[in-house]
Amino acid sequence: MTQATPLLQSPGCRSVEVLHERGQHEVFCGLTGIIWLHRKMQDAFFLVVGSRTCAHLLQSAAGVMIFAEPRFGTAILEEGDLAGMGDLNDALDREVAQLMDRRPDIRQLFLVGSCPSEVIKFDLERAAQRLSARLAPRVRVLSFSGSGLETTFTEGEDACLAAMVPVLETSDERQLLVAGALPDVVEDQLTGLLADLGVAPVRVLPARRAGDAVTVGPNTVVLLAQPFLNTTADALARRGATILESPFPFGEEGTTGWLWAAAQAFGVSAEHFEAVTAPARARARRAVLARAEELAGKRVFFLPDSQLEIPLARFLSRECGMTAIEVGVPYLNRRIMASELDLLPGGTRLAEGQDVERQLDRVRDDAPDLTVCGLGLANPLEAEGLATKWAIELVFTPVHGYEQAGDLAELFARPLRRRRRLAL
Amino acid sequence: MKLTVWTYEGPPHVGAIRVATAMEGMHLVLHSPQGDSYADLLFTMIERRDRRPPVTYTTFQARDLGTDTAELFQSACRESYERFRPEALLVGASCTAELIQDDPGGLTEAMDLPIPVIPLELPSYQRKECFGADETFFQIVRKLAKPVPRSERVSCNILGPTALGFRHRDDVTEVERLLADLGIEVNVVAPLGASPSDITQLGAAHFNVLLYPETAETACRWLERDLGQPWTRVVPIGVGATRDFVAEVAALAGIAAPAGDPSNLRLPWWSRSVDSTYLTGKRVFIFGDATHAMAAARIARDEIGFEVVGLGCYNREFARPLRKAAAGYGVEALVTDDYLEVEAAIARAQPELILGTQMERHIGKRLGIPCAVISAPVHVQDFPARYSPQMGWEGANVIFDTWVHPLLMGLEEHLLHMFREDFEFHDAAGASHHANTRAAEGAGATANPEAPADTNVIWLEEAERELKKVPFFVRGKARRNTERFASDLGISTITVETLYEAKAHYAR
Repeated sequence: MTQATPLLQSPGCRSVEVLHERGQHEVFCGLTGIIWLHRKMQDAFFLVVGSRTCAHLLQSAAGVMIFAEPRFGTAILEEGDLAGMGDLNDALDREVAQLMDRRPDIRQLFLVGSCPSEVIKFDLERAAQRLSARLAPRVRVLSFSGSGLETTFTEGEDACLAAMVPVLETSDERQLLVAGALPDVVEDQLTGLLADLGVAPVRVLPARRAGDAVTVGPNTVVLLAQPFLNTTADALARRGATILESPFPFGEEGTTGWLWAAAQAFGVSAEHFEAVTAPARARARRAVLARAEELAGKRVFFLPDSQLEIPLARFLSRECGMTAIEVGVPYLNRRIMASELDLLPGGTRLAEGQDVERQLDRVRDDAPDLTVCGLGLANPLEAEGLATKWAIELVFTPVHGYEQAGDLAELFARPLRRRRRLAL
Repeated sequence: MKLTVWTYEGPPHVGAIRVATAMEGMHLVLHSPQGDSYADLLFTMIERRDRRPPVTYTTFQARDLGTDTAELFQSACRESYERFRPEALLVGASCTAELIQDDPGGLTEAMDLPIPVIPLELPSYQRKECFGADETFFQIVRKLAKPVPRSERVSCNILGPTALGFRHRDDVTEVERLLADLGIEVNVVAPLGASPSDITQLGAAHFNVLLYPETAETACRWLERDLGQPWTRVVPIGVGATRDFVAEVAALAGIAAPAGDPSNLRLPWWSRSVDSTYLTGKRVFIFGDATHAMAAARIARDEIGFEVVGLGCYNREFARPLRKAAAGYGVEALVTDDYLEVEAAIARAQPELILGTQMERHIGKRLGIPCAVISAPVHVQDFPARYSPQMGWEGANVIFDTWVHPLLMGLEEHLLHMFREDFEFHDAAGASHHANTRAAEGAGATANPEAPADTNVIWLEEAERELKKVPFFVRGKARRNTERFASDLGISTITVETLYEAKAHYAR
């Protein structure tokens, strides 16, 4: 069972000194989370209350998705709306009423706060309560903030799920709750494995539809599928649930550690665990190995983006033989990252927050073989001669679990292969 | 408050970034919260620039709100100056910073930087991207342009091209060629490629060529008033407009305009050749920014022989000239930034070709109507690697090819359609061309153009079969006309006879 229990590789990074920086951040705000959340929750509509900038951001981030009648939109604040608060609530109610007429299929409505709505102190929580009373029982209205003032990129999902936790039904049932929006195919694989292990019942937050009963209570055990769910974890703990400590399910090792955490909590024997996971683990190792040849010995630099940086650096260094020079994260929650930090090889530089100009100076000094960064930085760095991997793809592509481990390694191997291949 | 999914224009500070990014030696400090740096990717990805836009975002967060943000702004200015050593600094606020009311102009004035600092007023809750670009360029010109002696030889400035402009790169090259052919020197091109010190030399030119009224008309008016430079009113998109432009420029330069067109202009012959006869009277709907839409309408009617059935723009700053132009084509102008209104207008007009933006391309796909792109906003494929201007003689060639291409596809569809009864070509098998595949998929969707408009009339099976023989791209119109004809006459069942009666009626 040595492979199922994560090896403690001394010294790890649990107590490593972290470089804290503030300054210009080259990151998305939490509104971006709407793009994948609305695909996951099939009867939810996300209504951003914000400015033209918010609408423009969503349009730029959503690309062609915007043309497919998506279940999100922006109520753009206009000059008149900024004059008086009373009008603002009326205006919102009017827009929501129109929206509900046009989209009778909607069962959950999220009012999403933005920087402008927060600065003018528009109380969306109250608005959500008011609208919920009006639209009940057909539609449930909740609110959360996706503003850049409060949230960085994936934190938008955290804020959304955390807003759902207080209204979940209470249950005393012993159950596993997997928290974090995963692509349907990945969710099916992982819950399938949990079922094969005999862990039951398993519920998922967010559920695909509003009617799917997700419950929580003192006997609920929570396994976080995504590393950015700090607030959600706290909210679930306040409802009495226990949060399992585990690495995140990236690569063979991460997925095994993640499943093992659940298996332990539900008293699954090591033998049964081995029997259930062995074939998929062997498959994942083979798939990763095929790409690891191209990655081994290469040095990687992560700029902060999604909170996936630490688990991914762990995967790349332990399963692909890469060296992580610097791992930048928007913020560091040591409790949630504890298992990951233990596994991350010592000597890795950790940086929290960002001063993008100084960080780019370090990138240039370090001259890494691969730089993981946002789309605003990727082409400029390529033009300087540095190979890059744009980070947002790691959030939109299925990368969790055993069957995606090879694809995950491929995302990093491909830019390096392409550079070798082009004769320009 | 207005619910929207898709916007034709970004906020005004994106216009300011377009101007700053176009220039050399200029830096913009934008007071803004975390996240506004998303705009960078428009430049690095869509326009594929190899450098970051010269913009520093102050990135204030919730914990900074209060007095801290002003200090944050000043340190961002100081650090940007130290690091980038620009010749001049632009300072402004995005929508959120506008609300917290730190005053970028006042704050930088107190700092006493050794370079010109140009404060921008960008009213985010009233105005949009084009205004932002126009206003930013105007403020730069007003601050930096000074009277200087006129150049000895006749010269002009080319004003208006920016970063993220639809075909601005190649339009500039093409217009420079037009001017070179006339023996006119170009003094400064701005903002694209100009530095602040270039802007100080604008006054050396004898006149200004205004390429894009959306982004530089205010600056042109100021230069006319304060530096005495006249400016061109004709935008050289299309053969006729290019001829007019050459004549206008020659008059401003005091030289004789050359007689005749150059040999590399092919649109006139291509358009006269018999191959193009089938283009006659094709119904075209035009939407985009006002400048490109109005230019497209003239080409469509006078140079390709289409019938303009709709003309509109999203930038209301140009509503007046556009309305006037629309009246000239006998159509009602559509001035709106709501794509749903545009979609409804297109569905009503049932055109055979749409000329528009990226959005109209998608509307066209949904309605099964061919479309060509004539205006921003556009996706990455409309910042091509190859030379593809819209202006001048080569621009006319490019436009002919671009617009006719989707129609040729339409003609292929028509031919395919004649064999529609064949097992390989029946309706459900879908078509080779994606536009029609989409239309087939979308059957039952609200936007389906072939959906019956009036449920009170019943189509007999035989009439329905006959309707299917009408080419797909006019089938929706035929259906609507027939139903309107029937209900006008109080007929409740449509027979083959009714179909042809209606056809004869509307052919008059």
